[in-house]
Amino acid sequence: MSDAQGARRRISAAGSGLRQARATRLLFGVSRTLISLAITFLGLLLITFIIGRVVPIDPVLSIVGERASQAQIDQVREQLGLNEPLMTQFGYYIWDVLHGDFGRSLMTSQPVIDDIARFFPATLELATLATIVGVLFGVPGGVLAAVHQGRWPDQAIRVFGLFGYSMPVFWLGLMGLLIFYGELGWVGGPGRLDATYELMYEYDVPTVTGAVLIDSALAGAWDIFRNALSHVILPSLVLGYFSLAYISRMTRSFMLEQLSQEYVTTARVKGAPEWRVIWVHALGNVLIPLITVIALSYASLLEGSVLTETVFAWPGLGLYITNALFSADMNAVLGGTVVVGLVFISLNLLSDLLYRVVDPRAR
Amino acid sequence: MTSQDQQAAVGSRAWLTSDQPVSRFHARCVQAYLAWRRLSQNWLAMVGLGIVLALILMAIFAPLLAPYSPFEQSLETRLLPPFSPGHWLGTDEFGRDLWTRILYGARITLMIVALVAVTAPLFGLIIGTAAGYFGGAVDVVLMRLTDIFLAFPRLILALALVAALGPGIENAILAIALTAWPPYARVARAETITVRNSDYISAIKLQGARPPRIILGHIMPMCMSSVIIRVTLDMAGIILTAAGLGFLGLGAQPPMPEWGLMISSGRKFLFDQWWVATVPGLAIFIVSLGFNLLGDGLRDVLDPRSASK
Repeated sequence: MSDAQGARRRISAAGSGLRQARATRLLFGVSRTLISLAITFLGLLLITFIIGRVVPIDPVLSIVGERASQAQIDQVREQLGLNEPLMTQFGYYIWDVLHGDFGRSLMTSQPVIDDIARFFPATLELATLATIVGVLFGVPGGVLAAVHQGRWPDQAIRVFGLFGYSMPVFWLGLMGLLIFYGELGWVGGPGRLDATYELMYEYDVPTVTGAVLIDSALAGAWDIFRNALSHVILPSLVLGYFSLAYISRMTRSFMLEQLSQEYVTTARVKGAPEWRVIWVHALGNVLIPLITVIALSYASLLEGSVLTETVFAWPGLGLYITNALFSADMNAVLGGTVVVGLVFISLNLLSDLLYRVVDPRAR
Repeated sequence: MTSQDQQAAVGSRAWLTSDQPVSRFHARCVQAYLAWRRLSQNWLAMVGLGIVLALILMAIFAPLLAPYSPFEQSLETRLLPPFSPGHWLGTDEFGRDLWTRILYGARITLMIVALVAVTAPLFGLIIGTAAGYFGGAVDVVLMRLTDIFLAFPRLILALALVAALGPGIENAILAIALTAWPPYARVARAETITVRNSDYISAIKLQGARPPRIILGHIMPMCMSSVIIRVTLDMAGIILTAAGLGFLGLGAQPPMPEWGLMISSGRKFLFDQWWVATVPGLAIFIVSLGFNLLGDGLRDVLDPRSASK
C-alpha cells in the first residue's frame, strides 16, 4: 500500500513540480493525521471510561464511607453525575479530561493532574537518557552488523540484541543493582539521589524542569549533579539496552537496503574511502527512517519504565501508577494511563510528521 | 540395516521431496519437510527449538522430575545457597526447593503462553480478515478499533485492566490476550487484501459460497504462515508481560510458583541471598530466548521476503 502511495506521490510531485501543490498535500496529510489522532484519543478515553465503570470499587462509598445515610449517598451520586445515562457520563468525562481534570487522588489527596506533573519529569529524564544510550550504541552496532552481514560481528550483535528482547527488564535491573551497587559499589542505589542530597535538592535547588540533572546543573550544584548521575546511570543503561536491541536491528536492515543501492557502487567506483561510503553516504540516508524508529522506541520506553521505576524506586509516572494500583486509587491509575497513552500517540504522530518534513519523497 | 530398509528410507525421502504431489496431504508433507530442512540448517533456531521442547517436557513431567513439593515449607532448609546437597539451585525463604518451583512454574508459563497464543491470534484473525474482505465501512471501523488498542502501551493497558478486574492469573491472561490481538488483525488484513481479488476466490463465489465460508475456509488458511511467525515471535513478549504482572503482584498470587512472582519475593533478599531472585529470572530469560531464536529462524524459512533482513 505504502509503495503504491509513495510511487503516486513521487509521480505527481515530479509531474506538477509546483511548490504550492506540495504544501497543500503536506497540509492535507497533517490534518488527516490530526483527525485520526483525535479519533484514537477518543477511543482511548472510551476504554479508560469503561475500565473505570467495571471497577468493583463503588466511587460513592469511597467518598461517603460505610455508615452514610441513604440521603447522603443519593446526594453524592447526584453530585458525581452517576444518575445520568452512560453516554452523558462519558460526555462529562471527556469534558473533564480535556480540562485536565482527572479527579482527586485518594493516595495523595491532590488533584491527579498535579501529581502527574510532579512525577512525569523523572520518567522523561530516564526515558531520554535511555534513548540516548540506545542510539549511541544501537546505530553503530546496526551499521557494523550490516557491513559484516552473515559473519561473526553480525551474529554477535544479533544474539546480543536477542538477549535484550528476552530478558525481563525488572530482573536485569535487580541484577545490575546486585552487581554494580551491592558488590562493586560503583553506582548509587535506588532512588534519584542519596537521602542527604535529597534534602539539599528539595531546599537549595529551584525546580525549573523537574529533572534533577538539569536543575542541579542550572543551579551550579555540582555535587548534587554528580550524585544524581551515579543514580541515573544504571536504570538508564538497563532501559537503554532494550531500545538498543530494537534500534540496532532496524539500523541493520535499513543499512542493508542502502548498501545494495547503485549510488553506493558509484561512490566506491569514484574512489571514496570505504568508511566515507558507509558512515556518510549510506548512513546519511538511513537517518531519515531511523527517526521513526527512535521515536517509537522512545514511546515504548515509557512502558518499560513502569517496571524499571519499581525496581529502582524511581519517582516517575510508572511508580506512581503502580503505587496507585495498590491503594485502589482508580482516578490516579486511569489519569496516568490516559497521559501515557496520549504521550504514546503524540510520539507516533510526531515521528510521522518528522518523516514527512525530512523525507522529500514522503511529501 | 537390510537393503530393503534402505530402499524404504530412500523411498520415503523421495516421497517427501517429490515435485509431483499426488494428493493435497502429500503436497503439505513435502512443503513441511522442505521447510524443516531449511530450518534445521539454522543452528540458532535449533537451539531455540531445543529450549522450547525442554520447557514442554519439563512442564509435562514436573511431578516426576521434581524432588520435592512446590508448596511444602521446611524451616530447616531456609535460604540454602545453590549446590547445597539435595538442592542444586538452592532454596527460598520458606525452604522450598527452587528447582522444584522452576519445574512447576514451567507449567504456569506454558499455560499462559498457550491460552494467549490461541485466543489473541484467533480474535485478531477474525477482525483482520473481516476488515480486509468486506472493506469499506467495516474496514474503517475495525481498523480504527485496532489502532486504538495499538495506541496504548501494552503493559499499561494490561495494568489498568487488571486493576479493574482484580489481580489474579486468570485476569492477567485475559488482560494480556486483550492487548495482544491488534498486530494479528493488521497482519491478517494485509494478507486478506492481497488474496481477496484472486481468481480462486471469484471461483468459489461463483459456486455460491457465502462470506463466512470464504473467509474461514479460503482466506484464513492463507494468513496462517504470517500469523504463526508472529505468534512465535510474540511468545517471548507474552512471557515477559506475564512475568512483569506477576512481579508487580498483579498476576499469579502466592504461593503459586510463577517465575515473575518468585523474582519479586526474592527481591527482599537480593543483597544477601542473591540466588532467590536470580534463578527464576534466568529461567524466564532462557525460555524467552528460546522462543525468540525459534521465531527468528521460522521467519527466515516461512517468509522469504524478510530472510535477508
